[in-house]
Amino acid sequence: MTTDILQLLVSGLATGAIYALVAIGFTLLWQTSQTINFAQGEFVMLPAFYILMAGNLGLPFWAAALIGIAVSVLTLGVLFKLVVVDPMIRHGVMPLVIATIGLAIVLKEGVKEFYSAQAQPFPPLAEATNIAIGGVVFSLQSIVNLAIAIAAVVILQFFLSRTYTGRCMQATAQNPSVARILGIDVDRMILYTFVINAGLVALASILVTPIYLAKFTNGETLGIYAFIAAIIGGFNQVRGAILGGLLLGVLDNLVATYLSTQYRNALPLLILIIVVLVRPQGLLGRVEERTV
Amino acid sequence: MNARNIAIAALSAVVIAALLAAPYALKSYGLYILSLWAVTTIGAIGLNLTLGYAGQISLAQGAFVGIGAYCTAILTTKYGYPLPFTYLVAFVSCFSIGWVLGYPALRVEHHYLAFVTLAFTTLVYLIFRNEEWLTGGVSGIGGIPRPVMFGYSLRAPAEFYYFCLANLAAISLAFWGLIRSPWGRAFVAVRENPVRALSLGVDTRRYTLIAFALGAGLGGISGVLLAQLVQFIDPSPFSLTASLNLLLMVVVGGSGYFFGPFVGAIVAVLLPEWLRFSGGLYLICYAILVMVLMAFCPTGLIGLAGRFLKPVSKPAPVPAREQTT
Repeated sequence: MTTDILQLLVSGLATGAIYALVAIGFTLLWQTSQTINFAQGEFVMLPAFYILMAGNLGLPFWAAALIGIAVSVLTLGVLFKLVVVDPMIRHGVMPLVIATIGLAIVLKEGVKEFYSAQAQPFPPLAEATNIAIGGVVFSLQSIVNLAIAIAAVVILQFFLSRTYTGRCMQATAQNPSVARILGIDVDRMILYTFVINAGLVALASILVTPIYLAKFTNGETLGIYAFIAAIIGGFNQVRGAILGGLLLGVLDNLVATYLSTQYRNALPLLILIIVVLVRPQGLLGRVEERTV
Repeated sequence: MNARNIAIAALSAVVIAALLAAPYALKSYGLYILSLWAVTTIGAIGLNLTLGYAGQISLAQGAFVGIGAYCTAILTTKYGYPLPFTYLVAFVSCFSIGWVLGYPALRVEHHYLAFVTLAFTTLVYLIFRNEEWLTGGVSGIGGIPRPVMFGYSLRAPAEFYYFCLANLAAISLAFWGLIRSPWGRAFVAVRENPVRALSLGVDTRRYTLIAFALGAGLGGISGVLLAQLVQFIDPSPFSLTASLNLLLMVVVGGSGYFFGPFVGAIVAVLLPEWLRFSGGLYLICYAILVMVLMAFCPTGLIGLAGRFLKPVSKPAPVPAREQTT
């Protein structure tokens, strides 16, 4: 019993850590540029296909992965900001929300139309073997995923809180006008968050695609889980997104095992509705003080 | 009556005449698509009230259409209730659910409503799919009857098509009346400047809820008609995609304009049929059109047409509550 729960906990944390990566990117975009990216799930779906395409050219996996990440940063980071977000944000939050819904359709249908509608196998980072630690059997893949995700989050936190650029980014997120007065290049900082988001989703894509296979519909559930993780943790907090992601991953696993597989997707939605009703600022969030 | 109004009246007359003459020119499949257009437009009119007039982004309209459709399917096939009764049940249940679901919109900023309605739509879809004792699960419910009026059956495609048009006409007229009533003006006031509306004594919370619930109720009516049109329903047309499509439809047509949903449903329902040979490319072009419209003309196709029809005049209504960050 305890060993079962331990296993579920670790595999839940591993999935939850991936949700957290996606949710962090989502939160960063919101904080710095008021962008609610409804295409975030598709942003996780797409890099896997970049990597597959690079792989089709005959490159080894590590080279294909690097190219995939680079192309993601360029398209999902820089191009997304310049072509989609910048022209629309001046109309307000809502047109941008609708445009990202449109973008999600473009990406999804584009992959279906121009790559394949079939699920494609995707090379895993770790072999599908199990390792036993103190009598409890863990899947190596889960542990590797968890370790990489944690490393990414730690590096990101270090960057945001200890480096000059990271602090400038935080200042931009908290108060763009004051940041500008203090001489921070706000536009550049916003661009950095888009680049970081693209890097995070590309990493999440590499971690999650071996589990689900590469398919054009992958973004649907992932996107919803990332929104929910961001909201239940606190929309304006990176820590909140981490907590929300991990919580979702673990609860999802426990519900699927002990309650109902049919309704495993319902639990996050119920949590979301309850959080919005009872504590709209999220578990760790502050009440937003931005003047909107 | 200025030149613009005359142009609109003339265009409406031509379109109405063409719609009435359609059964003489089209085969049953063409009529089915036109009926589907009328049914979808009703759902989009409802969403236009929520989004365009009350400024609340809702991703639940597809779910309300589904609730209306399942109400009809279950009540008629399993319990043998007459169709008019299902209208009432569908409208009242969607209105009440919409009312309850609208509460988060009052507590927090509007993007939260998008997420709550998104969650709601997915939950409703899961219920449709999993509660087999009620909804038949993935195998769906078949054999939904079509209406009989004054002893005259409306089973045939042409008759049922006229029935859908009549429903659309009745709802359009009611909606036209609503947006010109004090209620309609209050909706617009709440959208344009909630603080000012509040200071002028408009109960913004109540009007937002009413708009959301009425929009949901119209979604239910659309579902009742949809169930009679397709006569077989399963969960797949009521997934999140349906809600997203309805939302995009309203936005592409022009949210906050009376004719927006009509135009949007043409782009989303009729054009894909005519351009069927293009396959998935149509959807891609459509989504790109949405993005281009959002960048250059957030008031949609109607707003775009308005720019050409009246070059100098007061600024067109903004589709949604603008943010001044």
